[in-house]
Amino acid sequence: MSLDELTAIDLRERIAARQVSSTEAVHAAFEQIDRAEPTVGAFISLFRDEAFARAQEIDRRLAAGEPVGALAGVPVAVKDNLCTRFGATTCGSRILENFHAPYEATVIRRLLDAGAVIIGKTNLDEFAMGSSTENSGLKKTVNPWDTERVPGGSSGGSATAVAARLCSIALGSDTGGSIRQPASFCGVVGLKPTYGRVSRYGLVAYGSSLDQIGPLAQTVTDAALMLSVIAGHDPADSTSVDERTAPVADYVARLDEPVGGLRVGIAPAFNAGADESVRSALDAAIEVYCGAGADVVEIELPHIDYAIAAYYVIATAEASSNLARFDGVHYGYRTPNPADYVEVYSKSREEAFGQEVKRRIMLGTYALSSGYYDAYYLKALKVRNLIRNDFVKAFERCDAILMPVAPTTAFKIGEKTDDPLKMYLSDIYTIAVNLAGIPGLSIPCGLDPAGLPIGLQILTPAFSEDKLVRIARMFEAATEWHTKKPAIVG
Amino acid sequence: MSDLSYKVIVGLEIHVQLATRTKMFCGCALSFGEEANSRVCPVCLGMPGSLPVMNKQAVEYAMLAALALHCEVASFTKWDRKSYYYPDLPKNYQISQYDLPLGSGGYIEIPLEGGRTKRIRLIRAHLEEDAGKNLHTAGSFSQVDLNRAGTPLLEIVTEPDMNSAAEVRALAVELQRIVRYLGVSEADMQKGHMRFEPNINLLIERAGLQFRTPIVEVKNLNSFRALERSVAYETQRQLDVFLETGITMQMGNKSTRGWNDADETTVLQREKEEAHDYRYFPDPDLVPVTTTPEWLDEIRSRLCELPVARQMRYVGEYGLSDYDAGVLTAERATAEFFEQTVVAGADPKRVCNLLTQAGLKLANERGCDMSALGIAPAAVANLAQMADAGTVSATAASTILQAMTETGKAPELLAEEMNLVQTSDAGELERIVDQVLAENVQAVEDVVSGGKKSKKARGFLLGQVIQKTKGQANPKVVSEILDRKLS
Ligand SMILES: [Zn+2]
Repeated sequence: MSLDELTAIDLRERIAARQVSSTEAVHAAFEQIDRAEPTVGAFISLFRDEAFARAQEIDRRLAAGEPVGALAGVPVAVKDNLCTRFGATTCGSRILENFHAPYEATVIRRLLDAGAVIIGKTNLDEFAMGSSTENSGLKKTVNPWDTERVPGGSSGGSATAVAARLCSIALGSDTGGSIRQPASFCGVVGLKPTYGRVSRYGLVAYGSSLDQIGPLAQTVTDAALMLSVIAGHDPADSTSVDERTAPVADYVARLDEPVGGLRVGIAPAFNAGADESVRSALDAAIEVYCGAGADVVEIELPHIDYAIAAYYVIATAEASSNLARFDGVHYGYRTPNPADYVEVYSKSREEAFGQEVKRRIMLGTYALSSGYYDAYYLKALKVRNLIRNDFVKAFERCDAILMPVAPTTAFKIGEKTDDPLKMYLSDIYTIAVNLAGIPGLSIPCGLDPAGLPIGLQILTPAFSEDKLVRIARMFEAATEWHTKKPAIVG
Repeated sequence: MSDLSYKVIVGLEIHVQLATRTKMFCGCALSFGEEANSRVCPVCLGMPGSLPVMNKQAVEYAMLAALALHCEVASFTKWDRKSYYYPDLPKNYQISQYDLPLGSGGYIEIPLEGGRTKRIRLIRAHLEEDAGKNLHTAGSFSQVDLNRAGTPLLEIVTEPDMNSAAEVRALAVELQRIVRYLGVSEADMQKGHMRFEPNINLLIERAGLQFRTPIVEVKNLNSFRALERSVAYETQRQLDVFLETGITMQMGNKSTRGWNDADETTVLQREKEEAHDYRYFPDPDLVPVTTTPEWLDEIRSRLCELPVARQMRYVGEYGLSDYDAGVLTAERATAEFFEQTVVAGADPKRVCNLLTQAGLKLANERGCDMSALGIAPAAVANLAQMADAGTVSATAASTILQAMTETGKAPELLAEEMNLVQTSDAGELERIVDQVLAENVQAVEDVVSGGKKSKKARGFLLGQVIQKTKGQANPKVVSEILDRKLS
């Protein structure tokens, strides 16, 4: 197995044991990038020189016997909506094409402290708004399994990078499924932690009450490793949870311990909306758990049908406010020839924001407007509470809920771009999880007749990531799906 | 026209800058006069991805002020985003409090003449972050200084309970005194720590009918003088306009005016009130605040007697004049120093004179408060007692007070050293009086004859005696001797 195909944890161990140098690992990553990146287009920016310099520094520290972190020397990619001191932070938007943050996100600092080598920043739907990465204003990313198809979104670049083995592990962000759905489409593991588990400081906000940063990886172990590095309270993020309330575990340590007496919940009526191939893969996955001794219980999520409507009110309302600062005056592109002061704002925004971003700003602005607030925003918050309670009730009867990640496998590029509602509806299985704030994980669980990956979604109660990764690991240990890789890996 | 009467009705919106160590939602120090954009960080610049973190000290200062203003402090309050596009507002929304303000209701007692007070009711008091400043210094463009962005402000809104420019000023002065007393704001007008926006209209009665003139909001006043003058000016202007046009208050005819400091007039800024939609919604980046009873009790323990209550007490209990009581209670440090001297045995009126005539002048000159003059209240009480006993004159007492601040010596010692002890020895003084009477026969005659020159001549003789003793004669004793000799 070539270096670029190793998991992060294997690579780290070999680097720590000095069987392999970080420089060699970075070299292998860039060899694969040179080969596959022109086809897949996962990255908005690459930091070749900086990565080699950093790898050499890690190698030097290892040679000198200095302490190194949990990801020492491992090449890592991060979504381009995370602020870094190096390179631009574009959010996949023309409006921020030249934005260079003078500070770095807490997760970036934690990655660097852990010794990771950040090789590049990955493509995304503009401001993380989308489910296919087609809304990027800067770059086209394709699915490594079928270049005619989308990689999913909005963390499509990160999912593609891991699937095409351009790096072993990457960070994404998930507001309505943006880690799990591209992980599913690209055949990798994606983990959205509980809201509050990972600091959002330095993540350019889309829907602040829903956004959460998480890993995309080849294996559950790598996802757990990455989560251990990035999780934890951050005084700079008031919504990150106090560690006395929800302690951070070493998510790798007990990973191979199966959860005894496991009860998995399924909502058959809800799952019925998925494609045949997705449903049969789910059924097979349930069988795997039964084979491991789990009981299956049927659960109900009575308000889940309202999730998409509530989500598109709450997320867009927050987005309309979060994106107000990109106006050509404070941040972002400025129109070259404004006729007057007001045009600096209106034309800058008109010229540089993409269609989907404008649509969501309009939706959110409308939802918050005087006279509509109660009917839309307030009602959506009530729905959100009902959905949260649905999950709390469901988890009284089971330890984990299994469901599809998306109703279909990766769809064709351009297939849904003319029908935003159709695109929104494809988030049906992931969105409620963000509204409820609970953690969710997507793991490869099959291939459809066209050979495209299918994801299994596993959900557990808030702040139970330790259990979530163990339950996911039970599936992974019993199956081979995570070892499947696209032809482009070679 | 003779049956026309009118009354001005004023409500105030006041922004008070809190004297916290750092800004409302980041770790930057508060700023005044520093180089533009030197006290900023990703958070107060509204950098993409940055997040606010609540300053607990600001919340506690606001709670303390709310309690002092008799507000009901919310047990649960939260932060809301107020959206509008403006260059000095980095995020294009301001973090404020909308439907659950920290303080609701409440009132401020303002002092009127003759020891009376008037209660001005408050609607609310809430916390918010300040914006930056637009600078229009260069020709074809403007610049923005964001040093002030994120500074904690307490916004206080009153009911329209004030009925004269003087009352409006009294409220502003009283609020300044209160927040300074509590130590929650420096309330320095020069530094823009207090900014006022009065809403003004008139209630006019003519021929048994009532009319209300359209409400005018005057924006951004930052001195007591401008506040008072603008209300006075608006009163007259609105009366004139009404008499000329008869236009009365209607939906949508509220207007906004600015204050022109140079010619002391208000200038129309916006004809009709724009239907501003700020699209308030709870800020998802911040967690709501729960004020537990224990926390509230802890804050309540930091309260002190408020200036107006103190002022009234000084008038009632110590017999001080309104004016003197006002001067002594203007600053908490002065009032507390004064009270400590009274506790140490000084006569309130005597020590009041000493402090208002000498102590405060010294404190002013040195730019400090009474407690920082380096004199102990007990020593000042001693000095006051010496003046009462006639050991030193009132003038000498002031001189000694100054010397005490310079040398730290006891007043008795200084009186000796500076030869300021008054001679009250009747025998010694009688000898000098006899000498003066012998030397000024004409004056003696004038006094004895009781004519219109009598009073002046007596004063002359008294002065001569004082002069001969180099000012050390106790005038009271001399006066008694003169009376006896000349009767
Ligand atoms: Zn700051």
